[in-house]
Amino acid sequence: MALFSLHGIKICGISAAVPKNKESNADYHWIPRKERESLMKNIGVVTRRVAEKGVTTSDLCVVAAEKLMDSLRWDRHEVELLIFVSQSRDYLVPTTACIVQNRLGLPHSCIALDIGLGCSGYVYGLSVIGSMMQSGTVKKALLMVGDISTLTTCYRDKSTYPLFGDVGTVTALKYDTNASPMHFNLQTDGSGFKAIMIRDGGARNVMSRRSFDIKKIGKGIYRSRLHLELDGIEVFNFALREVVPNIKALLSFTGQSLAEMDYVVFHQANRLIIETLRKMLKLDSLKVPYSLRDFGNTSGASVPLTMLVSLREPLINCNKKLLLSAFGVGLSWGSAIIGTDKICIPDLLEV
Amino acid sequence: MTIQEFIENIEAEFDDLKPGVLQSTGNFREAFEWNSINALILIAMVKTTYDVTLSADDLTNSTTVNDIYSLIENRVSK
Repeated sequence: MALFSLHGIKICGISAAVPKNKESNADYHWIPRKERESLMKNIGVVTRRVAEKGVTTSDLCVVAAEKLMDSLRWDRHEVELLIFVSQSRDYLVPTTACIVQNRLGLPHSCIALDIGLGCSGYVYGLSVIGSMMQSGTVKKALLMVGDISTLTTCYRDKSTYPLFGDVGTVTALKYDTNASPMHFNLQTDGSGFKAIMIRDGGARNVMSRRSFDIKKIGKGIYRSRLHLELDGIEVFNFALREVVPNIKALLSFTGQSLAEMDYVVFHQANRLIIETLRKMLKLDSLKVPYSLRDFGNTSGASVPLTMLVSLREPLINCNKKLLLSAFGVGLSWGSAIIGTDKICIPDLLEV
Repeated sequence: MTIQEFIENIEAEFDDLKPGVLQSTGNFREAFEWNSINALILIAMVKTTYDVTLSADDLTNSTTVNDIYSLIENRVSK
């Protein structure tokens, strides 16, 4: 098992930017009113932020990064590592992180790279950036996690369209030998890669005319091979099978108990998944924050967005111990235990 | 665990399902509006109550409440 700990990495701040444009699932007329109501109640998504065409994940992340670096009074030239975790890059080539390095005025000594993970992206991103910083050479770093998922969902696909929202988040980290250790348990099962995917447009299935054909897949589900598809039951059962053992193994590795955690922040997949996991772990609902209702499933950014919108006060004012658990596309999943120390969290930005 | 308890557990999950409508030999898809969200609700209830996982195929291959109950009974005892 990929269980490990990182030392000397402090989370200094978290910021996020969402598109101004808000869509409500109460207005999602593709499905009958009763089904819309069931969707909002059980899947738990009421409104979602939807980016205008041409706005990219990096646009949102750049706005969030500028605000965060200003709030922290960080000199741009001190930032020597930038990781952009997303499945909605600016271009197929080159790497988005390189473009962002220039846009933010970060120095040429800055390492910049993309990680192409979705739902599990924040936990993975933290582990990668923390590992690279651990030697102490890089003192300050930015972890960008976000997605414009609405770009690839089809309005006539009820299994994806009403679920996803767009956001770009930034986490600022610095090397600090006094920081609490971070602990990770990361896992992968690529046999389930078809559970969440876009079939065409990559090298395996090069985009062709037929990629654009919209076909009926099932009741209320129409999409092309360039749209995101999601096997809800498969993903649901994957989460219920893997997440709890993953968390328990991490707790056992660190010798800590769930009771010691101030909060458990789950990837905001849907309310049914989170509530079922909460019941399986016998967690009090006050310990399990949400951002799902107002922002939908925001892919890899859902963990930091939830920290920002639902835990802002305690994270700004106190020291907290958090267990983060993220799971999904890949299939890829992982959990992390982090100790926070009065994080800088600017207000949510709207672009 | 009895089938009556199982039916009561299902009834507790679905607001628009009136007690007594769902019968053990009845088609569960006809007793109330069946859709993918309701499938997830049923799977979640079975997982939290019986610690049994129902797959999409399990549901597709089942017609009556009894069919699902038998699946759960077999997996619980293993």
